[in-house]
Amino acid sequence: MNIDPSRRSFLRLAGAGVAATSLGAMGFGAAEAAEAAHVRPFKLATTTETRNTCPYCSVACGIIMYSRGDVKAGETAELMHIEGDADHPTNRGTLCPKGAALKDFVHAPTRLTHPRLRRAGSDQFEQVTWDEALDKIARALKDDRDANFIATNDDGTPVNRWTTTGFLAASATTNETAWLTYKTVRSMGIVGFDNQARV
Amino acid sequence: MTNPWTDIKNTDLVIVMGGNAAEAHPCGFKWVTEAKAHRGAKLVVVDPRYTRTASVADYYAPIRPGTDIAFLMGVIRWCMENDKVQWDYVRNYTNASFLVREDFGWQDGLFSGYDEEKRDFDKESWDYQIGEDGFALTDPTLQDPRCVWNMLKQHVDVYTPEFVENITGTPRDKFLDICAMIGECSAPDRTMTSMYALGWTQHSKGAQNIRGMAMLQLILGNIGVRGGGMNALRGHSNIQGLTDIGLMSNLIPGYLNIPTEREVDWQTYLSTRSFTPLRPGQTSYWQNYPKFMVSFLKAMWGDAATEENDWAFDYLPKLDVPAYDIMRMFELMNNDRVNLYFCQGFNPLLSIPDRGKVTAGLSKLKMLVVMDPLSTETSHFWQNHGAHNEVDTASIQTEVLELPTTCFAEDEGALVNSGRWLQWHWPGATPPGEAKHDTWIMAQIWTRVRELYRTEGGAFPDPILNLSWDYADPGEPHPSELAREMNGRALADVTDPATGAVVVQAGQQVSGFGQLRDDGTTMAGCWIYAGSWTEDGNMMARRDNSDPDDVGMYLNWAFAWPANRRVLYNRASADPQGQPWDATRPLVQWDGTRWGGYDVPDIAPTANPTEVGPFIMNQEGVSRLFTRGMMRDGPFPTHMEPFESPMANVFNPRMRGNPVARVFESDVARLGDSSEFPFVATSYRLTEHFHYWTKHNPVNAALQPEFFVEISEELAAERGIAKGGRVRVWGKRGQVWAKAVVTKRIRPMTCDGKTVHVVGIPLHWGFMGAAKKGWGPNSLTPFIGDANTDTPEFKAFLVNIEPAAEEPVA
Repeated sequence: MNIDPSRRSFLRLAGAGVAATSLGAMGFGAAEAAEAAHVRPFKLATTTETRNTCPYCSVACGIIMYSRGDVKAGETAELMHIEGDADHPTNRGTLCPKGAALKDFVHAPTRLTHPRLRRAGSDQFEQVTWDEALDKIARALKDDRDANFIATNDDGTPVNRWTTTGFLAASATTNETAWLTYKTVRSMGIVGFDNQARV
Repeated sequence: MTNPWTDIKNTDLVIVMGGNAAEAHPCGFKWVTEAKAHRGAKLVVVDPRYTRTASVADYYAPIRPGTDIAFLMGVIRWCMENDKVQWDYVRNYTNASFLVREDFGWQDGLFSGYDEEKRDFDKESWDYQIGEDGFALTDPTLQDPRCVWNMLKQHVDVYTPEFVENITGTPRDKFLDICAMIGECSAPDRTMTSMYALGWTQHSKGAQNIRGMAMLQLILGNIGVRGGGMNALRGHSNIQGLTDIGLMSNLIPGYLNIPTEREVDWQTYLSTRSFTPLRPGQTSYWQNYPKFMVSFLKAMWGDAATEENDWAFDYLPKLDVPAYDIMRMFELMNNDRVNLYFCQGFNPLLSIPDRGKVTAGLSKLKMLVVMDPLSTETSHFWQNHGAHNEVDTASIQTEVLELPTTCFAEDEGALVNSGRWLQWHWPGATPPGEAKHDTWIMAQIWTRVRELYRTEGGAFPDPILNLSWDYADPGEPHPSELAREMNGRALADVTDPATGAVVVQAGQQVSGFGQLRDDGTTMAGCWIYAGSWTEDGNMMARRDNSDPDDVGMYLNWAFAWPANRRVLYNRASADPQGQPWDATRPLVQWDGTRWGGYDVPDIAPTANPTEVGPFIMNQEGVSRLFTRGMMRDGPFPTHMEPFESPMANVFNPRMRGNPVARVFESDVARLGDSSEFPFVATSYRLTEHFHYWTKHNPVNAALQPEFFVEISEELAAERGIAKGGRVRVWGKRGQVWAKAVVTKRIRPMTCDGKTVHVVGIPLHWGFMGAAKKGWGPNSLTPFIGDANTDTPEFKAFLVNIEPAAEEPVA
């Protein structure tokens, strides 16, 4: 859900209206038109606003993202600005030095853009396709599981345990990613499963 | 957190120990400022460093890293001695009156039942005296010498102010001033809140640090009330959620457990989880365990989970060790017993202790798969960066796949904050290049594995082939589908057992976990999230920020687990008759027939307060000052030194660290002592950075560009270190080079007549990103964790320090 035309857009429109009316009242109608002709439009006026929460610490401050383009409408969207959400009960519009710089985290020069493979002994990554990467991973999982799966212990108790492959989950992925990850990891019998709760 | 961030404004006293909220949680810390400005609350900070939280505190006291238990037991002793006890709360809402077995005891720093060879306790004696009726024996007069209250009094007797000063280095007068401030909060109309984070968890006895404060809060009557609670601030944006959903070796979503090998079948598994009440008439809500478990198994395996096959119980893996946690996995890697490893948004090369061991482990893998929005140190562990990552690239045979993922701005779903609020967020940007959602990546990997099992067969394919995968696009399940699955739905009409009326129709979302059943008629991936996505829609997306009477609860903002409850144990905010302890701060109350109030009551709506105890999850119906055998290292906290410490344990000089913490044999030789490494080091965050992420952001990299360590003026003088000069810091496991910040914020302490210097090591640098290359504390820290949780001991270890030239260039 992108936000409804809310208090914010209302204020923006209202602000423009006040300026126009005051100028008009003072007899500057023509000047206003001339002014409007060369004043650069407010940068955020044409953007799409989206509610989100800061991904860093667990205070979970509300943020508003401003993008050129609308993801929900299937458009390509470029993030232009992020600010604190004044309606959020916890942070009430404020952000810390980390949250205030969030836009530049999204645009960090070291964001990854393509799957890459480093071969054994190599001193570099090479770009690969998603299909190559995913097929390689699936094959490696299947082969390692088939070779090392422990179906029963010495007492004959079914234990269905796979210890030679491990999975570290994150700390900032969504609940929904977490649940899908849980399902896939557990269904294969992986027990070397952990997250970042301790560090 | 038991309470939400917005509730902190209701407090009278904030005590920050084991955290530094002003720097690590700045916008949450505003609520402390709010309480100070508008309620006249006081802030106390106890920390080895004079932090930015301390700089706005009303009272600050230093403490030697790793000695918080001595401090807390000292405060409890002081409160007992000076009658600063909320007696009605202690008598009615804690197990103070329960009688402890005659064979339980403590001496030489150890509780009864210690087996040195196994490094474990036989916990049988750590229990109540049980009567013939199966209920625990109690003495409501608290006269019996074996009652918990008197056992506790005896246990804390040694922690005199003199003893506390000797161990902790906190000057006696400061300790006593803080005791007096805390003691005032024993009045029913005064509350204290405890704010802590990894400064308390990252110790080999971290869980006992937290127990210590929880006990104090119970003695003061501060649990369940407005402005009170035990508030774990938590470090990452969704680590609460990932733990709720059980992404740990031994967990099932909603704090259920993966079976061990000893639980050979479903019946055996259930038999150890009957949760029979230990006192008459108590709720003991975990008696519903089978309903949550069967609903989980139905969520996993759908129609393949039947009563006949015990709901596919055998599809679950069974553990032969307590957990294959991250440190065990790196130990196994080092022993050539791990082939493939996945890191999903996790950078262990800098996050896991003893980096040399981490690098060696990763180098022995066949394949490492890294999914991350950023190019991390872990995905480049094989790349030589001189002194910052000195490896022999050509000899490392590990294949590494680096997969680009989206970040928060491009993703949709819920994160759980430390106050347990599930807040939905929406995407507002197109992912860069070919970056993909984690859900897409996981689904793509898993459907490919399933296809291989379909076509080739292989080892026990049933749990894979039968995994429920009912999504519109099997290649990328939508977050809304996954959220609905976690909430749960009825698989057949669910009826009220008392009336027979249908409470939820087949196919409909359940509205709460009370509707879940153990007969296969319901499914729910994570029972504590029941109510988050109901027939009324996505409750996590709610954005009504109204807050009647400004209590700070915001019940219509997002969804809080469990049951949209904002303060856990809130029943205890009312007295035994059900009326608020403090008439000016009501939360929930009993009107003679029903519970109601500002929050969702944490008790059955019609449970008579004079009959049913407030701590409904516990078999006792009350809270526990004595935890029976539920923790591995003791039913009371007892002082233990860190594994690397300048002092021997005063109770038992032979005892190193926590006597039951796991120590791998290969790590024994990697522990240092104070003859070689005389200074105590501790790690921490800075406000300008988040973990190892923000060094990738040029803005934050400019704000704090360079790795540094902090030392006192006295230590600088002793070692000839200039302000801003280079230093080498080294310990038993590694070395780092850094700029020296010489500061008055860290002062030497005196413990048992000995001067103790502290070296502060912030944790934000590595060899990737926009900041100057540096190191993390994990180049120095020991590969040892908490006895209960295996949280690594990052907050107290030993180092040495000397002036250095520029770091060597490879």
